[in-house]
Amino acid sequence: MKHKLFHLAHSRAGDKGDTSILSLIAYRPEDYPRLCAQVSAQAVKALLAGLVQGEVRRFELPDLEALLFVCEHALATGVTTSLRLDAHGKSLSSALLEMEIEMDRDIDTRIPTHAHAHTPTQGS
Amino acid sequence: MKPILRIGSGAGFSGDRLEPAVALAEHGALDYLVLECLAERTIALAQLRRVADPAAGFDPLLVRRLRPLLPFIKARGLRLVTNMGAANPLAAARRVVELARELGTPVRVAAVTGDEVLELLDPAQPTLETGQPLAHYPQLVSANAYLGVEALLPALASDAQVIISGRVADPSLFLAPVVHHFGWSLDDHERLGQGTVMGHLLECAGQLTGGYYADPGVKDVPGLAWLGFPWADVDAEGGMELGKIPASGGIISLATVKEQLLYEVTDPAAYVTPDVVADFCGVRLRATGPDRVRVEGGRGSPRSSTLKVSVGYRAGFVGEGEMSYGGHNCVARGRLAGEIVRERLAGEFAQLQVDLLGVSSLHGEERGAQSRPYEVRLRVAGRAEDAARAARVGEEVEALYTNGPAGGGGARKSVVEQVGIVSCLLPRDRVRTGVEMFGP
Repeated sequence: MKHKLFHLAHSRAGDKGDTSILSLIAYRPEDYPRLCAQVSAQAVKALLAGLVQGEVRRFELPDLEALLFVCEHALATGVTTSLRLDAHGKSLSSALLEMEIEMDRDIDTRIPTHAHAHTPTQGS
Repeated sequence: MKPILRIGSGAGFSGDRLEPAVALAEHGALDYLVLECLAERTIALAQLRRVADPAAGFDPLLVRRLRPLLPFIKARGLRLVTNMGAANPLAAARRVVELARELGTPVRVAAVTGDEVLELLDPAQPTLETGQPLAHYPQLVSANAYLGVEALLPALASDAQVIISGRVADPSLFLAPVVHHFGWSLDDHERLGQGTVMGHLLECAGQLTGGYYADPGVKDVPGLAWLGFPWADVDAEGGMELGKIPASGGIISLATVKEQLLYEVTDPAAYVTPDVVADFCGVRLRATGPDRVRVEGGRGSPRSSTLKVSVGYRAGFVGEGEMSYGGHNCVARGRLAGEIVRERLAGEFAQLQVDLLGVSSLHGEERGAQSRPYEVRLRVAGRAEDAARAARVGEEVEALYTNGPAGGGGARKSVVEQVGIVSCLLPRDRVRTGVEMFGP
């Protein structure tokens, strides 16, 4: 079954010039390998076709259970000169979370983020 | 020496809320309060104001932001560090001295100078964004080097309670008090790397405490209307714990810290600042209590021999017009309206951005085509070299009232001058920084 990335991970978009930087952070540690397997740089480039004109590079951050996508020529010449309504590309994080991910289990679409986030297990 | 230094983040951009910094100053038991108020473009816009008025060019909110904070400098033994000097740190320092005198709580102010480097640049120098030489951008208005900790240290060593700079790399504003307090060497890149993680986490203030994070039902954040801003408790080894005032809104969790840690980072193994090339890849987070997260594992390697320079240039004017359509067939009427304006302006603008808000304005046509909104808003934008030509966009959208599709309403138009930003590099040794003292 397929689920939107929205239910597995969260994201924040940042910008530097004409480059958009999208984080993708697993809510649950066990989903991180799935993100690594399915959310490739090519998959993100295909998803954001028409918005991102340049190369997409992916960084893996296993200690944070996170991926980082650096998308070049993504902001229609850049924040200070773009004619787009969202010149920073702040909303591109939401476009990324629209990606559909193949899952072998159903997931609770209401995610207990805070409970997870306050469990003092990681990195200790 | 205090074994733990507490650095608070009181503003994350020039337009940030005012009262969270006041709460931190009053109840946060801070040693330093840092106010980061300069975006890439802010300083170029400030420079334009300074050209019009030599006593202007600092952050327009300087007085409003500092007025409620200055009394706590004495009452709480607090020092303020801010880049609100923007294009004119000297004038900003004079204004703060004057304000403090009015309030009956005199302060010593140090202004950090040397970031203005326009006259040092070579027009043949390539820009980092496009590789084209600076001369390609004919109307340069400002060039500011990103200064680092080194430029702030003499000011911190003085008796100033308020330190005002222009362009300083955001994380350096937070790192400098730590380097000063613990006497870290500027060659100690491991500690500087970890300290840069701290500065990077704090530099956007509320973005660490649940601001810009909330998504109802999935990522709920309590008290966003009264979001508390964060602090970091840092020890002599660079060990750090993040926290905020318990009664304030927002949350600090592993998730909020991860989002901010990766924010605007183009290479997590090489986050370049004037102080260090920081490596975030080994950063580990541990929740140590409600709204408390320990951060470890930031590293670094030696700083670059160059400083990044942000160059502002006049990029013409953008004209915009908007009009709304509602009810059945509103998307078709909005599209028709856009086509009409496009046809009318085809001879005047090489490029027009035509969007339907509610359908295609953020992520383009294909993604929005699935939805059938009850209302849409046409937005047209175009760039021109002068304001009068840019205004044509709004005029044509407004004229849809009597000439366009049925039921258009709520027309708005605007013309805004644009300042573009490009970057280049400058050898570090060509930049001369200084400190000037003001006040009693």
